Amino acid sequence: MCPMIEFTNFRHNPGIDPAMHIWGWEIPVYLFLGGLVAGLMILAGFRLLIMRPNERQAMVCCTVGPLLGLALLSVGMLTLFLDLEHKLYVWRLYLTFEPTSPMSWGSWILLLVYPALLANALAHLPEALPVVARRLPVLVTISDYMLARPRIVISTGLANIGIGVALGIYTGILLGALGARPLWSSAVLGPLFLFSGLSTAAALLHGILVLTTPDAERPEFADFLLSMLSRWSQARPLDTRIAPTLAQADNSFLTIELALLGLLLIGHLSSTAVHQQAAWLLLTGPYAAVFWVGVIGLGILIPLSLQHLELQHRIRHTIAPAILVLTGGLVLRFVLVAAGQASHWAPMLD
Amino acid sequence: MRYIMVIDTKRCVGCMDCVVACKTENNVPEGYNRDWITETVRGEFPTLQMEIRTERCNHCDHPPCVHCCPTGASHVHDRGGVVLVTKDECIGCKACLAACPYDARFIHPDGYADKCTFCLHRVEKGQLPACVSVCPTHCMHFGDADDPLSDVSRLLASRPHHTLLPEAGTRPRIYYLT
Repeated sequence: MCPMIEFTNFRHNPGIDPAMHIWGWEIPVYLFLGGLVAGLMILAGFRLLIMRPNERQAMVCCTVGPLLGLALLSVGMLTLFLDLEHKLYVWRLYLTFEPTSPMSWGSWILLLVYPALLANALAHLPEALPVVARRLPVLVTISDYMLARPRIVISTGLANIGIGVALGIYTGILLGALGARPLWSSAVLGPLFLFSGLSTAAALLHGILVLTTPDAERPEFADFLLSMLSRWSQARPLDTRIAPTLAQADNSFLTIELALLGLLLIGHLSSTAVHQQAAWLLLTGPYAAVFWVGVIGLGILIPLSLQHLELQHRIRHTIAPAILVLTGGLVLRFVLVAAGQASHWAPMLD
Repeated sequence: MRYIMVIDTKRCVGCMDCVVACKTENNVPEGYNRDWITETVRGEFPTLQMEIRTERCNHCDHPPCVHCCPTGASHVHDRGGVVLVTKDECIGCKACLAACPYDARFIHPDGYADKCTFCLHRVEKGQLPACVSVCPTHCMHFGDADDPLSDVSRLLASRPHHTLLPEAGTRPRIYYLT
């Protein structure tokens, strides 16, 4: 007969027992949107830097991306606010800076994201939304002022890249710093969430370009939506020629994300018993089906293959990879937040 | 000054008087616990060993709950290094709950993170924490570990003891005599 260890706990605190469940849908959605916005910032910053500053065009990376980023970040911050249990005291975040707290860093970084994204969007806004620019001539003045001064353009691009990297890594470190949950206890989570954010951002922009291609190639269901939008905004055609570049970038990001996921699991499997137990939650445990099917299969491998075929001109560019990558990114946050809460340091019960 | 608690597992019978005393003293809401009882049975039948423990926040020397708090609501008090939460500074983000390897914290129904305070309000008046003062088997001891003549220092010097999850690196300040 084997030696036994039987552990009985008479504590029944809500949210803690029998298994920790303190974070529901709000935090995964916030982490997903934070990563997506970080990716949009980095791509916007790069695009702004590598193009000629005086070139005028309605660009998906530099105008649509940042404008979407502003909206998505606001939604993300709303979900973060909804998760707080002591909502009326949220202003306390901005009365202090706690250097050891990733959440404190994050709350201050989020304040920098808005002006950086807005500056990036304003540089070429009159081209993307002419009707808005006509009603608010100051937007044209700001755009002219920025584009006439390459230093401002370069600073805006660099600021977006820097703050985007900080935001993307922060969403991973937020969990990685909580060493009491073995699954999260890894420095790989920072770059993993950053590259996942980049892949979702590239996929989103690629999807937008597919939807806005010339009539003959555009999916039929997008016609009505686009006609409404273009009538309202009088937007000019986007720079659809960079669609292959975005698909190629997305494939690179997905490959790096896959490698980082492998490193996370290898790191845990070669560590202590509690870390191994945490890794098995994803590999064969209760979260395995969602992890393998939702994250690895549908979220990474299938869009990777589809975009590879698109780049080789074997199939048309479609929005399928974008939908899959975005869904996979969201599922990755959900599964890591849920499995992380289920992992623990409590005595090993064989 | 470094307040610690020493619990004699050879004397603890799991009567839960400490749990009731804590709830009464600190108005802990119904359905929540700042302290609790655990039982661990080890070995091979019929030579089994049972350890009954009363557990609570370990007031760690390296408290991860304090390090991750974004507002400074979780802090180490000057008196005895007790880990406390200022409820009017807590935003209820739950990072401290996730950071605690002992799952010793919970969200109070009013929205802030709550946990054992070592009954600092009593200690400042020269009294013992409520749980210690009511223990019918006198298995719980509270005092200053920096004072070599205190009960807790002498017990730790004379008896084998362990802490919970020392591998988590938090340096807990509740010791269990075995």
